[in-house]
Amino acid sequence: MAEGTEVQAGEPGKRYAFYPGCVSKGACKELNTSTKLVARHLGIELEELREAACCGAGVTDDVNPEMTDALNARTLALAEQKGLTLLTQCSTCQGVLNKLNKEVQEDEKKRDRLNDILADTGYQYNGTIAVKHLLWVLVDDAEYGLTKLREQIKQPLDGLQVASFYGCYLVRPSDLLGFDHPHRPTSLDELITALGGEPVDYGGKTKCCGFPIQMMNPTNSFGMAGTHLADAKDKGADTMVTPCPLCHLNLDARQPDAETALQELGKGSGRLNMPVLHVPQLVAMALGYDAKQLGMGTHIVSTNAVEVKVAAAAGV
Amino acid sequence: MPEPITIRVKRFNPETDAESYWQDYTFEPPSEDSTLLDCINHIKWFIDGTLTYRMSCRSAICGSCAMRVNGGGQLVCNSQYRDHLDKENTITVEPAGNMPVIKDLVTDATGFWEKIRAVDPYVKTDAAREAEGEHFMSPEDFSMIDDASTCIMCGACYSECTSYEIDKNFLGPAALAKAQRIVHDTRDETQEQRLTQLSEYGGMWDCAHCFACVQACPKPVNPLYRIVDLRNEAHKQGHHDNNGSRHARGFVDIVEESGWLDEAKLPLKSVGSLKEFVTDLLPMGVRMGLKNKFRPNPMHLLPGRHHPPVPKMNEVTKIIEKTRAAAEPKDKE
Repeated sequence: MAEGTEVQAGEPGKRYAFYPGCVSKGACKELNTSTKLVARHLGIELEELREAACCGAGVTDDVNPEMTDALNARTLALAEQKGLTLLTQCSTCQGVLNKLNKEVQEDEKKRDRLNDILADTGYQYNGTIAVKHLLWVLVDDAEYGLTKLREQIKQPLDGLQVASFYGCYLVRPSDLLGFDHPHRPTSLDELITALGGEPVDYGGKTKCCGFPIQMMNPTNSFGMAGTHLADAKDKGADTMVTPCPLCHLNLDARQPDAETALQELGKGSGRLNMPVLHVPQLVAMALGYDAKQLGMGTHIVSTNAVEVKVAAAAGV
Repeated sequence: MPEPITIRVKRFNPETDAESYWQDYTFEPPSEDSTLLDCINHIKWFIDGTLTYRMSCRSAICGSCAMRVNGGGQLVCNSQYRDHLDKENTITVEPAGNMPVIKDLVTDATGFWEKIRAVDPYVKTDAAREAEGEHFMSPEDFSMIDDASTCIMCGACYSECTSYEIDKNFLGPAALAKAQRIVHDTRDETQEQRLTQLSEYGGMWDCAHCFACVQACPKPVNPLYRIVDLRNEAHKQGHHDNNGSRHARGFVDIVEESGWLDEAKLPLKSVGSLKEFVTDLLPMGVRMGLKNKFRPNPMHLLPGRHHPPVPKMNEVTKIIEKTRAAAEPKDKE
């Protein structure tokens, strides 16, 4: 957490079992920092599941689905022991855990099988908890909600054109998640509006960022990222915001590769220069935190233009 | 009587239109329970006979009426119109994506059928075995091909597939699901060749795992899950010499070592050549290092070493050990 920050503690709010996810402890530490800042500011209490294992990111089940399910059942059991809703800051962790949660809740045989594997280590999961993404908690008035969030805004993001990138795991499959529309989601755009920004409409907001095939088919992977970034840029976006650190890696850290891929695919040339923010970074800016406190200096694409625009709106 | 609704249709007639355009039809649906197809038929039969689309069985069997509804591919015959109304009582209907439009809502599915043909979608048994007579399949074996067998070839998955959108060389969801159905058919004797082909460029490892096909599929095929079945089988049968397999196995190795992902280590385990390391990973590593985004401890990258494990790693290890046997690659003669 940033030193010297004057954090105004909000009224004590809900408590969550916090599952930070591997990427936010590795290549996207700024996400973890920002989530914790926002949570502390708003009075959302996070009890971190330090001993939880990796969710497998939809990759480990290509080799060992049983291992993936068993480790995730343990993670859900850890939250169940605390009697708390499990909170993620990563769309992928959310999607993987929610899929298993639903399967375990509906399929007694599967639940028993996984509990058999867990028995030796003293865990049992009964399917009683919910898994939620930070974004859902921020927009849903039954959790924290936009009504309360609006009252906390110090520095509205007036005039900032923000392209929401929902990606995959947060919206699909919708019968499993049931939070947002699978093709025309609104939660992130509602958040942007509540913060004072202007949502930018563009075609790729619910498509794949390309991250999962980065190592298998780089041209396709970075081509996907580049297509969405160029699309948002064409529609006048100052910045893109994503609820998933994996998307962030492909959209930000791989943006130079995305530029090359667009050229290879004959889809355009030149620099994209599209800053990409994590959801809690955007929220924290509106709460009055500055870029340094939010680790924006570690992004590959400079966020300077966004900072300048937000500061100008605040009359700084 | 049901309240009036508006169906906004993307229209295009190649003989008269330079570009597609939107046309709104506002009317009272035939009944409260009408399907979306009933409403589109109502337009055709009573409002505008020029509207062109494919339909036949009205029962989600023939697979003719796949199109985009409110931005996503699906059949229009298997759900009520009222489930699709937005706040303005409007439903948007467009032709399926990723295919050329012939007229209005009719698309040219040639690309789709080429992909289905490309996976050689027939069970192949050699003549000698055929002569033995009837082959029995256990209920367990059949359960592996049950879901994929329900495909009605509607193409809704291709309409939304994000990998197919960027690269038409990708076999795509329905064809890979069909391939899985044959690979796991105990009567087929070409599993080895099939898995070899399916592990190449354009095959199972080019799927971006985006769930668009699962969202679109009107049946329990759920192509992405069948692609994962294929990857499991390819792993068990030792089809390991590709980045997809290296990546997945490397990921599992890292979780086994420390319980959580080491993002510096995984790419190193995934690449198949020094060239890939130099041209792809090194620039990214340098870029991220310079921004202080990522400073992995080089010692953790050495063979047999790893970053600090999660607390209570012994529990993680115990759980993994119980699941390992089922995922072991089979020994090859």
